[in-house]
Amino acid sequence: MANQQVNRDFLFRRLHSLLGVVPITLFLFIHLTMNAFATKGADAFNAKAQTLESMPFLPVIEWVFIFLPLLYHGIYGMYVAYTSGYNGSKYSWGRNVMFTLQRVSGVVTFIFILYHLWTAKVLPDGPSFDMVQQILSNPLQYAFMIIGTVCAVFHLANGLWGFLIHWGVTVGPRAQRVSAYVLMLLFVVLSGVGVSALVAFHG
Amino acid sequence: MSQKEIHVIIERQDRQDAQPYTEEFRIPYRPNMNVIACLMEIQRNPRNSSGKDVAPVAWESNCLEEICGACMMVINGKPRQACSALVDQLEQPIRLKPARTFPVVRDLVIDRSRMFKALQRVKAWVPIDGTYDLGAGPRMAERDRQWAYELSKCFTCGACVEACPNVNERTKFIGPFAISQVRLFNTHPTGEMHKEDRFEALMGEGGIHECGNSQNCVQVCPKGIPLTTSIAAMNRAVNRHALSSWLKR
Repeated sequence: MANQQVNRDFLFRRLHSLLGVVPITLFLFIHLTMNAFATKGADAFNAKAQTLESMPFLPVIEWVFIFLPLLYHGIYGMYVAYTSGYNGSKYSWGRNVMFTLQRVSGVVTFIFILYHLWTAKVLPDGPSFDMVQQILSNPLQYAFMIIGTVCAVFHLANGLWGFLIHWGVTVGPRAQRVSAYVLMLLFVVLSGVGVSALVAFHG
Repeated sequence: MSQKEIHVIIERQDRQDAQPYTEEFRIPYRPNMNVIACLMEIQRNPRNSSGKDVAPVAWESNCLEEICGACMMVINGKPRQACSALVDQLEQPIRLKPARTFPVVRDLVIDRSRMFKALQRVKAWVPIDGTYDLGAGPRMAERDRQWAYELSKCFTCGACVEACPNVNERTKFIGPFAISQVRLFNTHPTGEMHKEDRFEALMGEGGIHECGNSQNCVQVCPKGIPLTTSIAAMNRAVNRHALSSWLKR
């Protein structure tokens, strides 16, 4: 029936919104926090990496809570970015610019994550301080890692702002303004955490 | 500000399937003119700035006091009502374009049918007709009436639809105004009796999930309707409806 076809769009879109927060936002928090152990030296980072690597049922956890949600959010996100219109040059109000940035940062993050999985997960044998240091010794890769991290965190923070509206949490204009300020603060702080780890790896 | 002439640049189109072209006009200045007065002047003396006699520019307008919505067009890059666009407050040259999110019928005249179809889909009315007198309906709390009245000011002009990036040829988004109308009629004590039908419509094709929170709608709405508040409130209500109706199956 036609009605079921259309309800599917609604469900797909809401699932996209939900998976962006649970588990992807939670995962990125953990990931960046763990990376930040690099600022305490190679041994501290390697010990944490070992702990994570030795978790029971790791492949199941990785696929169910990280890879599959990311894959869905990423591929459906490409569709969203394609169907959205872009009129930021015509209407340069702040929120409309953020609307465009959300989609641009999403596409950059999607490419970045594919690259990141390939260089840090598929090719090498387990994460280690030295492995990351070797990747970052290339200035281009170092720059791309910083850009990708900042884009991912921006997409997360601004995405949470939209999530709060899509789920009817922040309803009025004041609530939406305050949440925007708080989440931009989160963007700055979490970017700092992510980039500080990269700087530490780079040495 | 006193000037002798008003310089108007209009994006014109002779037929629905014709190529658009721009034409410039110079109009004698009178105090307190609005854009409609400029268009009336062109109608009286349809001669472009190079002195050639041309077909008068077609446009739509009715009330001339910003309550009917008919004269919405893109004026200096922003969708707004031509009647409340005062020449003294506009930068010159004044650039007029039809709102191209809609099919252009001729010159500045657009076909808003999609908006009325959207209102039909979301059942934006209070059904009271029956075979016998149904009597007085339930009363509405004054507190609610006050903000619901603001939503009732929507005159389907289409400015929000024109400014929304997610209303385009790749989506079927019904537009911000229709979501706000659902909130209005679901707040009405009698309209509320059909609220589930309206939620279902908002979950349907081109429904509320197509909103990407660019919030252009609330910027351009000539009546200052809190469209983004309506959308967020309906997001909450529709999600709740979706979940609870699924759990009841």
